[in-house]
Amino acid sequence: MLAMNYRGPQRVRIDHKPYPEIKHPQDAIVRVTRSCICGSDLHLYNGNVPDTRVGSTFGHEFIGVVEEIGPDVQKLKVGDTVLVPFNIACGKCAFCQQGLFGNCHESNPEATAVGGIFGYSHTAGGYDGGQAEYVRVPYADVSPTVIPPGMDPDDAVLLTDVVPTGYQAAEMGGIQPGDTVVVFGAGPVGIMAAKCSWLFGAGRVIVIDHVEYRLEFVKNYANCEVYNFKEMDDPVLFLKKATDWMGADVCIDAVGAEAAGNVIQTITGRKGLLQAGSATALHWAINSVKKGGIVSIVGVYGPTGNMVPVGNIVNKGLSIRANQTSVKRLLPRLIEHVQNGVLDPKAMITHRVPLEDVADAYRIFADKLDNCIKPVLIPPSARS
Amino acid sequence: MENLAKNFSHIKGWGIDADPKNDPTYPMKQHRTDEEQKGYNWERPAQQPVDIEVLHSNERPNVSAVFGTSAPPRGLSGMLRRYAFTYSESSWGHWLPLIMADRVNAVEGILEDLKRGHIPNIFAEKGWKAEWKHNPKSLTQKVLVGTLITGAAILLLRGRNKSRRD
Repeated sequence: MLAMNYRGPQRVRIDHKPYPEIKHPQDAIVRVTRSCICGSDLHLYNGNVPDTRVGSTFGHEFIGVVEEIGPDVQKLKVGDTVLVPFNIACGKCAFCQQGLFGNCHESNPEATAVGGIFGYSHTAGGYDGGQAEYVRVPYADVSPTVIPPGMDPDDAVLLTDVVPTGYQAAEMGGIQPGDTVVVFGAGPVGIMAAKCSWLFGAGRVIVIDHVEYRLEFVKNYANCEVYNFKEMDDPVLFLKKATDWMGADVCIDAVGAEAAGNVIQTITGRKGLLQAGSATALHWAINSVKKGGIVSIVGVYGPTGNMVPVGNIVNKGLSIRANQTSVKRLLPRLIEHVQNGVLDPKAMITHRVPLEDVADAYRIFADKLDNCIKPVLIPPSARS
Repeated sequence: MENLAKNFSHIKGWGIDADPKNDPTYPMKQHRTDEEQKGYNWERPAQQPVDIEVLHSNERPNVSAVFGTSAPPRGLSGMLRRYAFTYSESSWGHWLPLIMADRVNAVEGILEDLKRGHIPNIFAEKGWKAEWKHNPKSLTQKVLVGTLITGAAILLLRGRNKSRRD
């Protein structure tokens, strides 16, 4: 079968790999019909996530058709069309029982801080991902969800990560009616976080980024104010002034390890790998939120340490809320929102790329070329 | 809340998920019972057969019930990874060897390709076709800088070799 193959930092290609096998009685094999490249794949692509091994296949956002099931799979059957949440969750451990499906303890032997994630390095369990023709899906009865009849596959594929992550970013912000919310990052997750902030009753939503076409997109898609930090001397000062010198009620970091905007962070985090990525967006979030405010983090950072202004967190009395998204917990509500037209995820898809051109798709997305917001990879068997 | 709703009526779905009592919201624990304090004792799913080398964090007693099999450790990078897993996740001794192993592994990947007669097309793997199409200036800059650095390195090495021979 065809599959994306990671060869080292910023080098990927399409290769023939063996068809996946059922390895566990609760496994299923899914034939992929759509997979996305996620902003957090870029941390892997750039070599920023430890234990990203050559030969791995990325891709944690995918949908497809069930081709094979293990003997203990009861809820899914061959032929079902499913959306597969990015986190692999057993549904039985202490954390899954709390609804923390993103923190499952029975899906990742390599690390305890994070659960298993499809195609996201051995630090997240060493699973091959969905940027391929077929993929092995463990615990097939727990998270994979049959796509409701009539739902557009482009909407469905974005429900595997982007939509729930943006929604959980807003949810973790504890937004109260009338609150001012600042979202750092106008990538797909930032766009969705801005959009979802309104659903929790935000009174004002501001998005900060440095790429004009992305700001233009989010302004129209999410009805929000947008500002380019490259046009500011100091984004924190700008935001203080813009909020009557008080700061925002809620700040959302939807950027993570690849943040631009600070030379020291760039050298030590992005280039030198001396910390778990550049924490520039997180600095700005902590310093721009008001005292007693909430900072919600969904941007992905590596597991090593970061230079973060913890003194300001203490002195300002901030609440920091952060997690990998528990997609399964959020899916019923989000499917409802998509079906009712409250959310329109597929509008974010700007590029449909044949799976065979995966290297070019990564380059376009990583370098923000051709006004790319969200690329979707389509395997040969799913092309008509 | 009603007044605000009027102000934001142009935004579809405004406030529909708002719950003023839900502050600061998920993931707050709903309840705490004795049952939850018993530790690592849930009914574990069946164990996936461990028929390849699986490195597991020393912060857990076992291999998780399922695991990925994408790229078992091997070669020099594998040795570095095995060493890394003797340290806990809170230690630099764990993460720095893994980062180093990743770099070694990239070179191993090229050697592996060559060994089986495949010359990797670095130009295509880096997606430079797309970059040439959408941002030729940046690609030209990259190639020029790369050529200059490589040229300078070659000249420097030649100079050193010559002075050694002299």
